[in-house]
Amino acid sequence: MATVAPPPSKRQKREEIERTTVQQDVTPLLAMDLGSFKANFIDGDGNQMADVIEINFADASEKNVSALLNTMMGRDREEFTPYRFRIHIPGKDVIVDQYPTDLLGLLKKHGVNNPFETTITLSAEPQAVFKVQAVSRMAHKISGHGQPILCCQFSPATSSRLATGSGDNTARIWNVDTGTPEKTLSGHTGWVMGVNWRPDGQQLATCSMDKTVRIWDPTTGKSISEFKGHAKWVLGLAWEPYHLWRDGTPRLVSCSKDGTARIWVVNTGRVEHVLSGHKSSVTCVRWGGTGQIYTGSQDRTVRVWDSVKGTLVQSFTAHGHWINYIALSSDFALRTGYLDHTKEIPETEEAKRAKAKERFEKAVRINGKVAERFVSASDDFTMYLWDPTNNGNKPVARLLGHQNKVNQCSFSPDGTMIASAGWDNHTKLWNARDGKFLTTLRGHVGPVFQCAWSADSRLLVTGSRDCTLKVWNVLKGALAKDLPGHEDEVYAVDWAPRDGAKVASGGKDKAVRTWMN
Amino acid sequence: MPQNEYIERHRKLHGKRLDHEERTRKKAAREGHKQSENAQNLRGLRAKLYAKQRHSQKIQMRKTIKQHEERNVKGAPAESEPSNPIPSYLLDRANPTSAKALSSQIKSKRAEKAARFSVPIPKVKGISEEELFKVVKTGKKVHKKGWKRVVTKPTFVGPDFTRRPVKYERFIRPMGLRYKKANVTHPTLNVTVQLPILGVKKNPSNPLYTQLGVLSKGTIIEVNVSDLGMVTASGKIAWGRYAQITNNPENDGCLNAVLLV
Repeated sequence: MATVAPPPSKRQKREEIERTTVQQDVTPLLAMDLGSFKANFIDGDGNQMADVIEINFADASEKNVSALLNTMMGRDREEFTPYRFRIHIPGKDVIVDQYPTDLLGLLKKHGVNNPFETTITLSAEPQAVFKVQAVSRMAHKISGHGQPILCCQFSPATSSRLATGSGDNTARIWNVDTGTPEKTLSGHTGWVMGVNWRPDGQQLATCSMDKTVRIWDPTTGKSISEFKGHAKWVLGLAWEPYHLWRDGTPRLVSCSKDGTARIWVVNTGRVEHVLSGHKSSVTCVRWGGTGQIYTGSQDRTVRVWDSVKGTLVQSFTAHGHWINYIALSSDFALRTGYLDHTKEIPETEEAKRAKAKERFEKAVRINGKVAERFVSASDDFTMYLWDPTNNGNKPVARLLGHQNKVNQCSFSPDGTMIASAGWDNHTKLWNARDGKFLTTLRGHVGPVFQCAWSADSRLLVTGSRDCTLKVWNVLKGALAKDLPGHEDEVYAVDWAPRDGAKVASGGKDKAVRTWMN
Repeated sequence: MPQNEYIERHRKLHGKRLDHEERTRKKAAREGHKQSENAQNLRGLRAKLYAKQRHSQKIQMRKTIKQHEERNVKGAPAESEPSNPIPSYLLDRANPTSAKALSSQIKSKRAEKAARFSVPIPKVKGISEEELFKVVKTGKKVHKKGWKRVVTKPTFVGPDFTRRPVKYERFIRPMGLRYKKANVTHPTLNVTVQLPILGVKKNPSNPLYTQLGVLSKGTIIEVNVSDLGMVTASGKIAWGRYAQITNNPENDGCLNAVLLV
């Protein structure tokens, strides 16, 4: 027998009667003629992208406007790049970062009563075409290290290889897909403070408290060479960017507590230059894409050196306390060389160098000029944004706001934002162009030690002393996912740069954890 | 050993001997010789006592010499590798360990399900009933019964205490063992004041002892602190505070306690 629905209850019958007798309010259903406005699109440098066009308010959602801009620029449906818009209120100096759902209401709120008469400028920022999903669960917990893990980095070539360095004097390479250890790189006699993959993923460099730097072959797990020369602990490493390699050999710069940085020629193992001049321990070193080396030290200065000649170019003194970290605007491009999110790898050496150079220049081009900027984070609770090519010795902006030491800062891969992690439990986001403060990401209950961007710049993961990682949606400025699971402080986080579906973290509880969607 | 100030009084009235400075100087100069003579020639018990005294003196001397040595050296502090592996951004910072110690201390305190009070003497050796009570027999020659008990340790009875009718009294608290005052030390101010006892709050051995008012080591008593002039946070004058007994009053004849602040 077929199932019969129960007869309507008294309440349902009453509601039915009401619906048929009372006049319904149909105003929301009618498409109100709200009018239209004239939109002028400019890109990040302030140049006009397309002609001024009239858009209806009813159709002016961010997605529609982005599609409209793409068609006006003459792109095919497959080549559409999603855009984010910021609205410049005409007449006032206000720029609204978040595209509102009710554009007319926003304009009226700012006192623009006749939007049809004025031209509204929308600055468009292209977003990455691919979208990275927020990681939501722990995929693997791989134990193997005998001591806390101090640093970790994904290979730029493939996100299935991860290298970690630990206090048990070894570095290990893990296969992230299967969640198993692959190679153990033993040889150091002190804690491994830093691991760094070569930009093409063929070699791995580690620096240690035993004052040496070692180069390893990740496929065999054997040590290729050992660089001795520093007088005290080696704290950080940076590889030469792929497009700058000379004589067919890469170079490596390492910074140490003895106040010097040394440039090593990897194939021969010789010291090419010793960059001395800092009066105190050098905490961070970076190799920029224009051939300049940036070092930050505990003597409160950042120095820029010429990597070919080994001489000091510039010295920036503005901080009041130790420099903890330096981040370059081209960090992401230089880390991955010619490897981007597509699967194509150029055939010849020349093509690889050209592609690496092109990626670097795309990352740092502002107003058509190649200008590599960097941010220095310090113990004096502030950061400075520097632009050596345009602004010389003076900082572009001072990023104030943190209430305790700033531990790390990082540019987003598309170069639009800077994230900073501090000891005051906050992560702050800043506009990378002018250093203006955007938003604070609150949520951690312990000092935030490290942060890592996803490859499409939409998500940020932070690791903290409170044993959790948190994934933040940067556009909304809100927490996307909370990742508890570590049993002790989280010392290192990394997001896979190429096919960004994985996050890896290591900390005091000695087990590497990988997180996936 | 002078029991009063008659020596100082004489000095103030008549001044010191004319050769006083010379005599003290010469006596101090003879010290070394005297010490070596004692160390070599004393025998028996005196030698042992002297050796013990000298040993503790030498320990103190070595400590002060070491302190002086450290004061003279003006080098940079030793850059030792920290004991636990930490990443480079945590090197040269002292904070993590102390903060961690604090949090693990807090956590371990919470894990302790025992006494919520943190008292100076957390654990005490309990007093058994055989030790505390002495059986007193009552009744006529043939029908002796032993249900009466005499408390052999110091007690506190309170100002308005009257004995039960003797026929029905089960516990006898002798007058000689009753205490009214305690020597209470304030832990941070380091003053010791004699304060009247208001009551016995808790005897850690047995709740029965608390009811009887037995004072043993580790007992929490309430004392009248109006003499100390302490004021509470809201401005009222504090007049009763808890203190914990720190000595064995049955052996010493006095009651020493430390104030619980």
